Amino acid sequence: MSSSVVERSAGQRRTLPGGPPPRRRRRPSLPYLLLIPALVLELGVHIVPMLVGIWMSLLELTQFHIRDWSTAPFVGWENYRVTLDVDSAAGKELLHSFWVTIVYTVISVALSWVIGVTAAVFTQRPFRGRAFLRALFLTPYALPAFAAVIIWTFMFQRDNGLINHVLVEQLHLVDEPPFWLIGPNSIVAVIVVTVWKLWPFAFLCLMAGLQNVPTELYEAAAIDGAGFWRRLRSVTLPMLRPVNRVVLLVLFLWTFNDFTTPYVLFGGSAPREADLVSVHIYKSSFVTWNFGTGSAMSVALLAFLLVVTAVYLLITNRRRFDA
Amino acid sequence: MSKRHLAMAVAAVLAAASLTACGDGADSGSDGKTLTYWASNQGPSLEADKTILQPELDKFKQQTGIEVKVEVVPWSDLLNRLLAAATSGKGPDVVNIGNTWSASLQATGAFLQFDDATLGQVGGKDRFVPAALAAAGAEGKPPTAVPIYSLSYALYYNKKMFAEAGIASPPTTWAELAEAGKKLTKPNQWGLAVEGSNPSENAHHAFTFSQQYGGAWFDKSGKATFDTPQNVAAVKRYVNFMAGDKIVNPGNAEYAQNQAVSDFANGKAAMLLWQAAGSSLKAQNMPADAYGVAPVPFLENAPAGGKKVNSMVAGINMAVFNFTKNKDGALKFVKFMTSDEEQVQLNKTYGSLPSVKPAAADPAFAAPEQKVLAEVLNTSAAPLPQVAQESQFETLVGGIIKELFADAASGKPITDEAIKTKLSNAQQQVK
Repeated sequence: MSSSVVERSAGQRRTLPGGPPPRRRRRPSLPYLLLIPALVLELGVHIVPMLVGIWMSLLELTQFHIRDWSTAPFVGWENYRVTLDVDSAAGKELLHSFWVTIVYTVISVALSWVIGVTAAVFTQRPFRGRAFLRALFLTPYALPAFAAVIIWTFMFQRDNGLINHVLVEQLHLVDEPPFWLIGPNSIVAVIVVTVWKLWPFAFLCLMAGLQNVPTELYEAAAIDGAGFWRRLRSVTLPMLRPVNRVVLLVLFLWTFNDFTTPYVLFGGSAPREADLVSVHIYKSSFVTWNFGTGSAMSVALLAFLLVVTAVYLLITNRRRFDA
Repeated sequence: MSKRHLAMAVAAVLAAASLTACGDGADSGSDGKTLTYWASNQGPSLEADKTILQPELDKFKQQTGIEVKVEVVPWSDLLNRLLAAATSGKGPDVVNIGNTWSASLQATGAFLQFDDATLGQVGGKDRFVPAALAAAGAEGKPPTAVPIYSLSYALYYNKKMFAEAGIASPPTTWAELAEAGKKLTKPNQWGLAVEGSNPSENAHHAFTFSQQYGGAWFDKSGKATFDTPQNVAAVKRYVNFMAGDKIVNPGNAEYAQNQAVSDFANGKAAMLLWQAAGSSLKAQNMPADAYGVAPVPFLENAPAGGKKVNSMVAGINMAVFNFTKNKDGALKFVKFMTSDEEQVQLNKTYGSLPSVKPAAADPAFAAPEQKVLAEVLNTSAAPLPQVAQESQFETLVGGIIKELFADAASGKPITDEAIKTKLSNAQQQVK
């Protein structure tokens, strides 16, 4: 955008009476200059730490060496061998944590998307109170995540929590109040909080996407005798495909990497059933002072996410061209 | 300046701004007149700590002309902040550290060693309570810090509930504690409260029990020895208060925010094993005459090698970063904070014990609770293993006990094999 502005001003200058003689057209340098701060920040904030992480993963970086990394012994692939060897204790734990995270991510993203798309479709047509409802739906997204999750931890407490109060004393669904923050239910608890936090984002994007669906299409479909489900399947969802493509990817990456929710919900040591990989890595590096191993896990995770993203984009792109 | 030059300048400034965070050295001024101090959270809140510390810092300024800028860092952030400072070589001059981190932080080499000469500058080695100084770094090396607040575990019991249940004196053995607990457990009241989801608390108890069974979590060379029969027995004994004796509310399995103290203060539990709980109980409106304080019990029949240990040496140490530009000022400040007067003043306020001998004799610490804590600290407390992997022990073993409490709460049997397998797995992860 800025380049066209520059060119135009250069062009105007040429026609000015009494101005300097027309200069030779050359590559404008201003746009590149303006890009430098962003580039430096991008390098500084994203790329450099990533490269440092990769470097760390090749070192035996423990408390003995963090002050002066140059003294840390170079161990090459040793950290990867230990963390990715599923026969070792550390490898087994990481693999377990990885599967837990996959299950957690798939369920959370699916539920968030379904709830988001449902809410978006039902608030598509104007009705009284629609604006209020839309605003209300967005509140979980607007609340600070940390504070919101702390409130959830109170609600999930076994003896004094609101959830068990409702389940046991109000609805009489269960006799014995269950644990939510420890044991097998902990994965349910973290999924509930994640979906609660995440679905408004899906809703927001899908709502915006629906604005772009021409009403003529619905009218035409209605004339052809299509009912609600048919319209949803043949008009709404296909029209939302470009939005979905982005939304699902972003939801997937956010959920897979989410640290705040499990960390605040369970504290530094998550129950085994909900040992999500982000907290697992935190525990393996910061709490146990093993930064090399932690970095190796992070890099392995980064590689996995890159592959998933690439494959996903490849598949969805091909489908788009096929369509 | 033309538009283009302006743009170039802006770009340059922005680029430079993103790089300025790469300085070096402590935050102190180079004139030797200021120090930066990270205090740990000892009082009811960060603000309260600031209010408590500021008058003392003003006193220090009057005496030496050195201004101390204090920041109270919450426990959840302190270790990460210390690590960041150690890694970047940029941070405060003087810091408080949890004494269990001493050996780990010592290994970073980022802190000033308190060799005999340096200790001499802050008053000499002999001033300090030996047990507290033993928890300031690995054995055989100069300490990496000096103790400033000391604590130990004690058994807190509700006097009224004991009288109602007809129990004349607090239990001195674990069998007696289980027995008393059963008498004290009735609808809406439990014998004992534990902090089941707090790995550190769990690990501290695992340490004490292991000592009593004659076990150790690390051998002499610093290698992890988690899955020994003694350690299995130690972990089982602790978890069994919920699983076998059933004197602990299963709900305690998810406690991690000091709810155990609240349960004790609110009459939901009759006994509590805690470090200097007095000030917290007071904050929760439990009067000091409503509870008794006794040493933590011992095993009824100590096995061979069992030690007479019933608490870890708990406490806070004070350390100086190597990169300080004001070493003399920093040591003066350490000397000031460990002076008799400040030790009495601060430990009295925080309900902890002085870590220097002359202050410990002050009448301010003659209350029943402090007397018990001091006696334990002087006679039957041992420091947690002073090895660099100590924090791994706390995380891993504390986490295992958390899982076991969760199993016990849902009625699953706690077997020796299950405990041993978990401990073996954890041991393999320690490096």
